[in-house]
Amino acid sequence: MRFFGRGHGACPGCGLTIAVRNVLEALEGKCFVVNPTGCLEIISSQYGRNAWGVPYIHSLFDNAAAVACGISEALKALGREDEGKVVVLAGDGATADIGLTLHGMFDRNHDVIYICLDNEAYQNTGHQQSALTPFGEATTTTPAGKVLFGKMGRKKDMVAIALAHGSPYVATSSAVLPADIRRKVKKASNIEGAKYIQIHCPCVTGWGIDGKDVVKVGNLAIETALYPIVEFENGKLITVRKVRDRKPVEEYLKLQRRFRHLFTSPEGKKIIAEIQRIADENALKYGIDLKK
Amino acid sequence: MKKVVRGFYSVAYSVKLCRPNVICAYPITPQTEIVENLATMYANGELENCRYITAESEFAAASILVGASAAGARTFTATCSQGLILMSEVLFNAAGMRLPIVIVNTNRALSAPLSIWNDLQDSMALRDAGIVQVYVENNQEAHDMVPQAYRIAEDKRVMLPFMICMDGFKLTHAYEPVDLLEQDVVDSFLPPYRPEVYLTTKKPLAFGCYAPPHVYMEFRVAMQRAMERAKDVMEKVFKEWAEISGRDWGGHLEIVYPDSKNFVIAMGSLVGLLRKVVDELRSEGFSIGLVKLRTFRPFPAEELRKNLGSAEKIIVIDRSFSCGYEGNLSIELKSALYGTNPEVISFILGLGGRDIPKDFIKELLRNSILGREKSGFKGFKEFEEVIP
Repeated sequence: MRFFGRGHGACPGCGLTIAVRNVLEALEGKCFVVNPTGCLEIISSQYGRNAWGVPYIHSLFDNAAAVACGISEALKALGREDEGKVVVLAGDGATADIGLTLHGMFDRNHDVIYICLDNEAYQNTGHQQSALTPFGEATTTTPAGKVLFGKMGRKKDMVAIALAHGSPYVATSSAVLPADIRRKVKKASNIEGAKYIQIHCPCVTGWGIDGKDVVKVGNLAIETALYPIVEFENGKLITVRKVRDRKPVEEYLKLQRRFRHLFTSPEGKKIIAEIQRIADENALKYGIDLKK
Repeated sequence: MKKVVRGFYSVAYSVKLCRPNVICAYPITPQTEIVENLATMYANGELENCRYITAESEFAAASILVGASAAGARTFTATCSQGLILMSEVLFNAAGMRLPIVIVNTNRALSAPLSIWNDLQDSMALRDAGIVQVYVENNQEAHDMVPQAYRIAEDKRVMLPFMICMDGFKLTHAYEPVDLLEQDVVDSFLPPYRPEVYLTTKKPLAFGCYAPPHVYMEFRVAMQRAMERAKDVMEKVFKEWAEISGRDWGGHLEIVYPDSKNFVIAMGSLVGLLRKVVDELRSEGFSIGLVKLRTFRPFPAEELRKNLGSAEKIIVIDRSFSCGYEGNLSIELKSALYGTNPEVISFILGLGGRDIPKDFIKELLRNSILGREKSGFKGFKEFEEVIP
């Protein structure tokens, strides 16, 4: 672990650390990491216990994209662009909720690789809902109750938002696909402009899964088409991870405490049906099903 | 080279001479023309080794400069009012990270009610941020202050953001003759920015680590120590500036008629008017001097105590106040003078651009010396509102 890891405080089985290690390996450590407040920051950057082997900056919760733009522009002004790529490693809340400086980065198309480590809630502070929390998930701020059954809104489509900004490279990946992460990050690093990669990162404590099931659960998100693995270059869909014999969403949901409430009431059944509809829609939209 | 220019240009031209690497701002009245001037210079290729970015908000502008400054760039922004307080989360952070960002704040009132006009409430709201604050009297002083700001902020004994406060409209929009500096003068005074630590892959370091209770306090105390050191650094830089430019703006204070019994103290462009008023009152036989407070942070408490501790009466003119207490400068001055004898009378005037006519302030000062005036808000009318 040359670039990340020594002394970090992540939970055993944490998806973030797998993703981060692969991102840094893909860039061969030639990068500047900008990391907003969140899980990754807390587990890696305590004063005196820095786990980073690359230049690292944490400023605030809500400004990582802008800080990255500043580094990228400074390197240009100072003639130091060869030193490395500027990479944001941000959580889903810092990306889709509070971190709106992302839009300025896309708009002005600064040379930044923005990576959203999507564990689908504010997990560092104990599992509060974010814009990337999926429909039906129980969090501490969208709990399952007698009349509400977890988050009743949608998961924000950040991929569409990045594409709408004209981002030259937009992709999704998963912590359970290390080779896919490395390939996509390498590809992004050879494209000029503001790139967006969203990586699904299972969270043992927040999702309520067994540490040994991280890979299984991560794979099920892909095999049910709830987390489409896609890649766009200049707005064109260029690759989709296909699935043979797509699995019903129950198989994914039933392994996780965050969806447990859906299996104990008739209303939960309706929500599962709606989640299945979302998966079917994803499969259709991206042509995920591999025809026999 | 003396030219008649507006306040905007006096600042923008001086910024250019300081060779910034990253300029980033968001337009806001009455600051906009500063960055418009810089944008024009950028569009004409007059800014070398520089990137100019129009951000999507002041919050983003300040954040971009945090990244740029941490990467070793010399940075500049201008803002005011709502823009400054939108930046505030970032600016507190930048000060804690010890990034020497230079900001020109064209002082403007805060909403609500919305007002684009001048008072000092905006920069006062950033009083505790760990940012050096200097208030200028005129556009020549604003022009001269920019290179000094970089020298002081980037001094390794200081390493804090620096905010030059100039009155919105009253200075920004005013045409004044300004002796524009020559590039070689600025180059000889201000070396290129070479920070001891910055983000580089050659020597990876972590910026902005979080601090548990066993180390947080040490970082905050270090900021205070840097502010205390800044006092000496600033005095030396002010003196050096006087020598090379031939313009001596004084130290943290400028005191006119130091042997007077009574003093009036103020900041910013109002000092220009008070010079005239004090002269007229003296010709009427009143013993009154003038204190121009240039540095508000670090606060020159010892200098004030030394120079004003034995005065009879001190009249403070504030253009901002701490709602629920009193005028901001008045609070600071009373604290500095604690244990000495002068009577302090404090007035809050001119909020939201309310005019401060010469005769009005002369009458206030005259009556104060004669013991006929009480502290408080002056120059406003009581009126009935829905919320009284």
